[in-house]
Amino acid sequence: MHCVILGNGITGITAARTIRKNTDHEITVISGETDYFFSRTALMYVYMGHMKFEHIQPYENWFWEKNKINLKKAWVKTIDTNNKNLLLDNNESISYDKLLIATGAKSNKFGWPGQDLKGVQGLYSYQDLLELEENTHQGINRGVIVGGGLIGIEMAEMLHSRHYPVTFLVRESNYWNNVLPEQESKMISNHIREHGFDLKLGVTLKEIKGDANGKVKSVITNTHEEIPCNVVGLTAGVSPNIDLIKQTDIQTDRGVVINYHMHTNVEDIFAAGDCAQFQHALPDRKVVEQVWYTGKLQGECAALNMIGKKTLYDPGFWYNSAKFLDIEYQTYGTVMPKLREGEKEFYWQHADGKKCMHFVYKESDHLFIGINVFGIRLRHAVFNRWLKEKRTIEYVLENLKAANFEPEFFSTCEEEIIAQWNAETKNNIQLKNKKSLIKMIFN
Amino acid sequence: MAEINPSMSLSNPHPANFNATQKTGLALVSLGVLATLFAWVNIGTVQPAIYLAVALIGYFGGGVIYSIGSYGSVPEGIKNNRAFFTSMSSRGAIAWMAGIIITLFYLFLYFKDYADKIVGGNSLGGLITMFDPISNLLRGKASDQWFVYGSFYTIAVLIMGFKFILKYRHSKYQILRTCSVMFFQLIFAWMLPGIMNNLYNYEPYWTYFFPLDYDALFPSNLSYLNSIGTLGQFTIFWGLILTFIATPVLTYFYGKRWYCSWVCGCGGLAETAGDPFRHLSDKSLKSWKIERWLIHSVLAAIIIITILLLVDVSTQGALLNDKTAGILAKGYGLIIGSIFSGVIGVGFYPLMGSRVWCRFGCPMAAYLGLIQRFKSRFRITTNGAQCISCGNCSTYCEMGIDVRWYAQRNQNIVRSSCVGCGICSAVCPRGVLKLENGPDNSKRTDIQMRTNDLVLYDDVNILSK
Repeated sequence: MHCVILGNGITGITAARTIRKNTDHEITVISGETDYFFSRTALMYVYMGHMKFEHIQPYENWFWEKNKINLKKAWVKTIDTNNKNLLLDNNESISYDKLLIATGAKSNKFGWPGQDLKGVQGLYSYQDLLELEENTHQGINRGVIVGGGLIGIEMAEMLHSRHYPVTFLVRESNYWNNVLPEQESKMISNHIREHGFDLKLGVTLKEIKGDANGKVKSVITNTHEEIPCNVVGLTAGVSPNIDLIKQTDIQTDRGVVINYHMHTNVEDIFAAGDCAQFQHALPDRKVVEQVWYTGKLQGECAALNMIGKKTLYDPGFWYNSAKFLDIEYQTYGTVMPKLREGEKEFYWQHADGKKCMHFVYKESDHLFIGINVFGIRLRHAVFNRWLKEKRTIEYVLENLKAANFEPEFFSTCEEEIIAQWNAETKNNIQLKNKKSLIKMIFN
Repeated sequence: MAEINPSMSLSNPHPANFNATQKTGLALVSLGVLATLFAWVNIGTVQPAIYLAVALIGYFGGGVIYSIGSYGSVPEGIKNNRAFFTSMSSRGAIAWMAGIIITLFYLFLYFKDYADKIVGGNSLGGLITMFDPISNLLRGKASDQWFVYGSFYTIAVLIMGFKFILKYRHSKYQILRTCSVMFFQLIFAWMLPGIMNNLYNYEPYWTYFFPLDYDALFPSNLSYLNSIGTLGQFTIFWGLILTFIATPVLTYFYGKRWYCSWVCGCGGLAETAGDPFRHLSDKSLKSWKIERWLIHSVLAAIIIITILLLVDVSTQGALLNDKTAGILAKGYGLIIGSIFSGVIGVGFYPLMGSRVWCRFGCPMAAYLGLIQRFKSRFRITTNGAQCISCGNCSTYCEMGIDVRWYAQRNQNIVRSSCVGCGICSAVCPRGVLKLENGPDNSKRTDIQMRTNDLVLYDDVNILSK
């Protein structure tokens, strides 16, 4: 049997490896983007000079041949679903028995005037990285980033690392507060300013102006301000990359429509990752999930179904992570930007303005629902277990030390957090697992 | 598009914008270097003490000012911007020159006799006299080439240690660890030997012991130590305790890091002066294979040589003739002790990374590594499924461990070469890695998180061959 995978990102590669782990099927991964799998989330580090491109490739080049995973560098021109055949841009044709569509996403462009000028770009693909290098390697006077999400702050940090001034246009009243609650959002906004970015909140893009050579020269905001710049980063989200799929009888909506077996409406064709859209959302989740971790989970699930191991997509509790300049972020369970009906919150922030924890729990029975944590590392496995065991907020707080994943010798904040909880709720819960010095030394 | 080098390695179109503070610091350091060179070649009639004072002010003052200029005014956090664009830290032209200069300096030190013959005089001349004031004060006698070496070594560890602490000031682990290597270098490897020399005419180095101190158990050394009285006998006793009792016990509890990245002088230099080069270590599977063969061969060699020499002495020379014994002892000293650990180990910092000796050659590291691999509570744990395979951990591992390989499959990292510097954990952008001492890891596969159903635990065939 020949399993063909379109896309060598985390989803496609996780699928390929899952198939290889379970079967001896022939596997072909097709990508026009790069020869080898790389970590998309690490593109920024190449631009910033932390790593070379080869470092963000998680496997050495011999890995693929050794594991009998065929790699083909090409773009697919057409998919013939009747004859189970693909036509590549080099006119080669490839037949498949099972096909996985894992074509990822592309940056949103909302029809802004001037959005196709030279110097205006998103950041998603390897080609985007090359383009940014080309757009900036002569030096720039200013970059403008449009859209306050995860890619926006990455792009801002990238330009900043090369000492280019950055203006950051964010539609919301605080950075990323369509996802983060107001408290965290404010804290990160302050941190962005601490780094010297020109953060403009509540400001949107109206128009991008070009010079005689078709190069960007300034942007105009909804507040009628003209900001001269040489690069514009469009980072207002990404959308499924499905232009190819739209020409076929595979059902699409925002993304390639799939059921919980990752199956499309066409026999033997599956989809997963950034390009896929579930028919119905799972509780607390979205129909289109576009993060690294869901790509991994969906890729594994799709692969199992491709090889005949019927598996329902069951991603477990939500988790995610990011890093905003110097502040790490982790989240476990569900924390909405605004409390939902019947939810209560407990928010603690360290005096340094760089660490905080935001707990959400049910008002009625104090069931723990989720946590946002900034500047402190917490254990994924422990929080996953607590969510599974349906623990209360009190239990979580009392046992918080067990979830601490900070490096050795770091000062911990559990005592302070518990004290604040007790003060706010007029309770008297006690921290568990306090370690004596002797115990700490010999663990 | 075609002219763009996607690896962006050797040249940076925009030279790093050095600020005024950094430039001031660099100017002072340059002054220190010039004073050192002037003293070396005995220019004019300036007192060596003046040169020394200018050099020290230049190195320390310039180093401190440069560090503050680099890290003082920016928020605390990881500071690896442009590491692969800067010539010095990405094998650029300056790095090659630095590598050659350091290597030559080592050759002068280790092979001074030959150098003296070539130049027809004292090849280190004024460089040695320059340190007389300190040597007289500390050791009660004139300086010599090894005192010069030790002094430069200590200066490098202190200044670059200060820089390292500023760079990683958000991490208490890094601060404490760096203070520790600075302390051991300054007190145990530089001051104490000098003072003891003044008092007892013998320089003990109590942080070096067998098998790193390769001649510690050679019969000639043992009989010499025995002959100088209590101090020598204590040194023998202390060395045996450390080699055969303290090392296994401490490594069982804390991993080899208690020595390699907290105490050892080679490690101390690598962690401080070598920090700008840590990402240059080779991460390939091939280099791991070479490493395992090479380092264990060195350990085997020094054990075999030591046993042969000891047996030979106890059988009144029945085993080896004097010539063979001399070749064995001196051969190891020359090839491993001088060329490998000194010339290649430090001279090649800017080209091969900071831990070449520690990774490929050090018999102490091999010994500690065997304990760490098979009987230790130390390991690096990974945090659930949070790894994004970015590669920062592997890239910044000075020992060339592909940390990401384990992290992305949610597996604890138990590797004999890990010196526990903790940088993988520091550079991880998603809080995935943590150095821990936990339950015994000798049954390693049991504690790998197979039972954790968060992500796929994969067994894709890689290291089976």
